[in-house]
Amino acid sequence: MKIDHSHAHPIGMYLKTFAALLVLMVLTVVMAFVHVGPPESSVINNLIAMAIAATKAVLVVLFFMHVKFSTQLTKFWAVLGFLWFLLMFIMFADYTTRPREYIRGWEPAAEDPNAPAAMPQPPAR
Amino acid sequence: MKTEALHAAHQTEEQPLHHQFEEVSQQNESYVVGMWVFLVTEIMFFGGMFLAYVLYRWRYPEAWYEAHTRLDVAMGTTNTVVLLTSSLTMALAVHFAQLRNKRMHMAMLGTTIALACVFLVIKAFEWSAKFHHGLVPGPGFLWDGTVPMPQAQLFYSLYFGMTGLHALHVIIGILVIGTLALLTFLDHPLVKNDFIPTELVGLYWHFVDIVWIFLFPLFYLIPK
Amino acid sequence: MSTAAPVLHGESPKAPPSYLQAGHTIKSWLLTGDHKRIAVLYLISVSIFFFFGSLAASMIRVELVSPRGVMLESDTYNKVFTAHGIIMIFFFLIPAIPAVLGNFLLPIMIGARDLAFPRLNLLSWYLYVAGGLCGVLAIAFGGVDTGWTFYTPYSSMYSNTNVALTIIGAFIAGFSSIATGINFIVTVHKMRAPGMTWFRLPLMVWGSYATSLIIVLGTPVVAITLLLVVMERVFHIGVFSPELGGDPVLFQHLFWFYSHPAVYIMILPAMGVINEVITCFTRKRIFGYHFIAFSSLAIAGLGFLVWGHHMFVSSQSMYQGMVFSLLSYLVAVPSAIKVFNWTATIHKGSVRFQTPFLYVLGFIGLFVVGGLTGLFLAAMSIDVHLTDTYFVVAHFHYVMVGGTIMGFLAGLHFWWPKFFGRMYPDSWGKLSALIIFVGFNLTFLPQFVLGYLGMPRRYHYYYFAPEFQFWHIASTAGASILAVGFLIPAVYLLWSLKYGAPAGPNPWGAKGLEWTIPSPPPTTNFLETPVVREEPYAYDAEAEEREEQAKEPTRA
Repeated sequence: MKIDHSHAHPIGMYLKTFAALLVLMVLTVVMAFVHVGPPESSVINNLIAMAIAATKAVLVVLFFMHVKFSTQLTKFWAVLGFLWFLLMFIMFADYTTRPREYIRGWEPAAEDPNAPAAMPQPPAR
Repeated sequence: MKTEALHAAHQTEEQPLHHQFEEVSQQNESYVVGMWVFLVTEIMFFGGMFLAYVLYRWRYPEAWYEAHTRLDVAMGTTNTVVLLTSSLTMALAVHFAQLRNKRMHMAMLGTTIALACVFLVIKAFEWSAKFHHGLVPGPGFLWDGTVPMPQAQLFYSLYFGMTGLHALHVIIGILVIGTLALLTFLDHPLVKNDFIPTELVGLYWHFVDIVWIFLFPLFYLIPK
Repeated sequence: MSTAAPVLHGESPKAPPSYLQAGHTIKSWLLTGDHKRIAVLYLISVSIFFFFGSLAASMIRVELVSPRGVMLESDTYNKVFTAHGIIMIFFFLIPAIPAVLGNFLLPIMIGARDLAFPRLNLLSWYLYVAGGLCGVLAIAFGGVDTGWTFYTPYSSMYSNTNVALTIIGAFIAGFSSIATGINFIVTVHKMRAPGMTWFRLPLMVWGSYATSLIIVLGTPVVAITLLLVVMERVFHIGVFSPELGGDPVLFQHLFWFYSHPAVYIMILPAMGVINEVITCFTRKRIFGYHFIAFSSLAIAGLGFLVWGHHMFVSSQSMYQGMVFSLLSYLVAVPSAIKVFNWTATIHKGSVRFQTPFLYVLGFIGLFVVGGLTGLFLAAMSIDVHLTDTYFVVAHFHYVMVGGTIMGFLAGLHFWWPKFFGRMYPDSWGKLSALIIFVGFNLTFLPQFVLGYLGMPRRYHYYYFAPEFQFWHIASTAGASILAVGFLIPAVYLLWSLKYGAPAGPNPWGAKGLEWTIPSPPPTTNFLETPVVREEPYAYDAEAEEREEQAKEPTRA
């Protein structure tokens, strides 16, 4: 399938996308200070922030980067990149299923019964 | 009008065909796909640091919140607007390259570079403020907050690492866009009657913008 | 055989000059865009790095004949095995087959004039040389002692050696790899000749494509990981050191996320070569073309899901370990499918035991051993005992040398006449294949025993277990034979360039577009763009004839 890139898109498309991006940016800032969801947990706020950022990214990809008007092959690679990045989060399966263990220095010193008097320093070169 | 006729005349000039390709559409798609494959490598490159960030933020949520309060949200927001605008001007540069409007093409490239420089200047202010307050990881790190120092230091390690890597990409972008502008000005065969180099540089620049779109909320806007 | 100037195809007045003849200046080589010349440049440089890596290997084997070492300090020994690993992995195994054979053959196999991005191709060679030089400089000026795996926090905080410079070398070489990957992907998608559909592609192209997928998706991750190690050393930006609040195991996760798929970068091109050689020397169509094609993609994809099997004893969660163990068993399946298909291809084929085919047979046998021993290691319970022992060393040498290097030699010997228009003496080829096979097994089979008995890897001394010495001596004896085996082809291949019998377009009688053009080919490969109508490996007519003759045995 051949797509002729040499015909330009109307300028309005770029301007409208830009306007949407600015609006979403304002929304991002606002949502950081407006708490949503159960108290003491900012999970919903984080999800909203990421969802807005993802929407912005999608707008840039589709319109500024012309992926909406591109071939299947281009779209495939655009999607694959973000998908493969998400694949790396398999590593979380390790961190979330480890038994809670003590690592010196990672707890606040006051609470830690096993903390030494002073933080160990790396050896001098 | 005379300018329209001039543009129309330019547009009838053929886009040059490189020797290894059979047709211009094959050539154009090849370059665009090639650039996207490169951007995929960039996504995976930044991705490693994003992964480390998410991991440690999940581990030390209080430290992350407290450490981030020392960042200047106003500067961060300004930089976001600057970069989004530069993305617009870059997209318009491609647009004018397609229309073979050399004057506007170069004007848009120039504006993009100017905005990128503004971004870097603001970033320089931010960073020097951090140096001043002893928030640079290493032996000189000064922390007077309530969360453990190693955790705060980790936040700032990732802050400098990720914004630093991003800033490096902005610098490279400025150099590349500058080179493109120069070649366009000189009517160099690489770019004459061929909008693809501008499109490819545009793809890179939009990617740099997307990285910032994620960096901004992650570092500057951590909810309580 | 005359010692006069070689009769190459370029000399006929009507035919265009071969790519070797088109331009004789250094500039025409160093600024070339021709994928074939770049392949030759790569051939020279990977061979040089292979030589240095082998020197390091010889030093290791010499040291290990005595329980207390022979001539090196332990610190130096650490630097030597690190150099061996870094040079062999980053500067030989990963680039060799794609950059030498792939670069030369991929465009021709799909009927194209060149790769999609010739200048990017040249850049990839320069990046490779630059990265290699950095690595060599780092080794020459004091070396690195972290092991090629650069585990933190030793590499990021405590080691006093040239970690940063070595990492920069590997980092630059990574860009070279990525450039090749991008080039191959776009070329296979966009530059195929009319009629060359995906399922008419030679399986070497499928292998190269799958390899390129892994390269572009994985290499950047190790790039950022190693960069973070450098940043930690230089700027104290610590994400891997507990003193700075970080987790050393995160380094291992990120490092192996690439480095496991990297081993598939090393083996998939070799498997691609096997397909080409095996069909030619059995005069048969490949058995199960689609299975082999899809298994290459499966290996590429699944290969990204198993990295944790390098971390079973790293304090990684046991539950995640179980998942990785299961997935590691799964990833063996597509490789096994290939081995079964190759065996089925050989069955009832008309076999000619010439040099390339001997390397193919060596590959199949040795790869099976390497792959099966990998399954031992994929079982968590067994891995607890065998990890970081010589069992692991033997396993990966069976797949990397017995697999990748055999594949490389098979391909080199198969396509040598195409590259240079010269045949080498086949008897010497067969002899060295045999010597390599014997030497290789004598080197690495004892190491399985050593690992089982408990000899740790990367140890300079083993005086606590003098019973190991017998096996180490056997291994070193094998290594000496292996060294001879590798040196002989260097001699006769170089000899053939001037004195070898001139080769025609198709000395092996093989199918494939590369055998329809002159040896060596002209710069633009084809005089006219070919139109493909045939299925790949169309040895059917011959196979049918053989069946006919088999049915009528009384006929003369």
